[in-house]
Amino acid sequence: MSTETQPPDVTPKEKPTPAKKPEEKPVDLPAFEKGLSDKITEKFGDKIEVAFVKEDRVRINVGRENVHEVAEFIRDELNFDHVESVSGVDFPKDKEIEVVYHIGSYTDSSLSRQILVLATRAQREDNPIPGKDATILPTLRNIFYSVEFHEREIFEMFGVFFEGHPDNRRLLLPEDWADLPPLRKDFDSRGR
Amino acid sequence: MTTEIMPGLALQKVDERIMTLNVGPQHPGSGHMRIVVQIDGDYIVACDPDPGYVHRGEEKMAEYRNYITNIPHLERPVIHDSCNVLYPYVLGAEELLGIEVPERAKYIRVIASELNRCIYIMYWLAIYGIFLGHSTMFMWPAGDREFLIDLMEKMSGARVTHAHFVPGGVRNDLPPNFEDVCLRQVNYFEKRIKEYAAVFYDNPILISRTQDTGVLSKQDAIRLGTTGSVLRASGVDYDLRVKEPYDVYDELDIHTNVMKEGDAYARSRIPWLDMMESCNIIRQALQKMPKSGSVRTKLKPNPKTKIPATVYKRVESGRGSLGCYIVSDGKTEPYRLKLSVPSFRNLIALPYLLKGEKLGNMPSVYWSLNYWPVEADR
Repeated sequence: MSTETQPPDVTPKEKPTPAKKPEEKPVDLPAFEKGLSDKITEKFGDKIEVAFVKEDRVRINVGRENVHEVAEFIRDELNFDHVESVSGVDFPKDKEIEVVYHIGSYTDSSLSRQILVLATRAQREDNPIPGKDATILPTLRNIFYSVEFHEREIFEMFGVFFEGHPDNRRLLLPEDWADLPPLRKDFDSRGR
Repeated sequence: MTTEIMPGLALQKVDERIMTLNVGPQHPGSGHMRIVVQIDGDYIVACDPDPGYVHRGEEKMAEYRNYITNIPHLERPVIHDSCNVLYPYVLGAEELLGIEVPERAKYIRVIASELNRCIYIMYWLAIYGIFLGHSTMFMWPAGDREFLIDLMEKMSGARVTHAHFVPGGVRNDLPPNFEDVCLRQVNYFEKRIKEYAAVFYDNPILISRTQDTGVLSKQDAIRLGTTGSVLRASGVDYDLRVKEPYDVYDELDIHTNVMKEGDAYARSRIPWLDMMESCNIIRQALQKMPKSGSVRTKLKPNPKTKIPATVYKRVESGRGSLGCYIVSDGKTEPYRLKLSVPSFRNLIALPYLLKGEKLGNMPSVYWSLNYWPVEADR
């Protein structure tokens, strides 16, 4: 019995040492998705971080200064052509707001199952003045036209200003909304 | 001291030729939204959709409720298509909670979601008919969808908001004799909708109002990131039930309806063809479904996700691909839940299509987008 329990004890100790997840178990990773993430790592190296490679889903974390460049590469070299969803996630503890793009492809039939998840983070201000504080990201609208309304929604719901977006008006909220951006964690919907 | 004018409240400069019209939100032809159109004579020069009148903060509400209590309110964005709008959330929650779904439940889900697709499309078709001034096309679909609503009522106990899908399966097993009743009703339903061709789809008045109006080319349909019937009417063969099958869709034989024209007529015809395909799918599923067995994997009362993780699941709803992005931090509630809805994605095509159209063509183009304002606002 003791011999059986020992090997599983050894492996978890080794697991935390490598920094990147995909290098831990190269056997289990789906080959096609690994190929996609490899192409991006080959091109950008340390600028990006591959968060996970799962079946049909590859997630890449990028710093805000490189997001434009990486998105352009994804569109031109990897044939992804539209953004399905743009989500914001508020992390008050990290003082950051994450913006996640889910990118898909209609033109390339080998990619029709794939969703490439591109995530970047903006600096978060405790007392936001949407559009006039440091919560700024470069827009991807000139690369993926389909993000236009999605980024407008993120701007009003999280206060992330997209630099270079042609139309940074409110979309869903009332024009005279003067409260916090409502999807931030410090906006508590209870008792309002 | 400077007084700042809020962005939407600033007065617009008035031109001699250009007139600004507010269509909606009270106007019955606009749905629950406002469309600001600028017209030069009879032609639209610019269009600015203004959604948000039915924004209910579903995503914020989801952060305060656990994985089970989220179910009833998340289907509210589209009550006619409530199974499909809940489907990606349920699939995502299953992956996060690590639950297996019994085989019979998967088939029941497929049948329920196809029935719901038809119920939604019939409702949309009724609205599309009445806004083109064709009141028979309002009465017929509104009456015929009752057959399917009765089926859903038998299955789940509720006529429109079923809350039937739960992480782990479906809420209840089918009532006795459901298969026979379902087969009979669906066969009759299919016979009925085939009759719509004579009164609506082959009608020269409809064809003259919709053909070559609001043409969306294939390149632009892809570039704008449209989805569902709008995309397939422009010649892109993309249906998630075939391309990324979920549950048991990979065991069924599904035909994707594609048209190349990209005009309002093609966009209005594709959902009708989809309904016949749904009837086919229901018949196949009824045949292949295991005749007995469990329909629900029981969960603990307040289930927790095992580890912090994210998941993005998508399904083909009545309007197109519907995605759900869940961020979990290992607690009983989702940390963040995002619904990426097809109506919101198709809305971007509206200003593009209306530019240069006559004002009278606005209803036929707007409703051909298969747009549901409540879903877009969430």
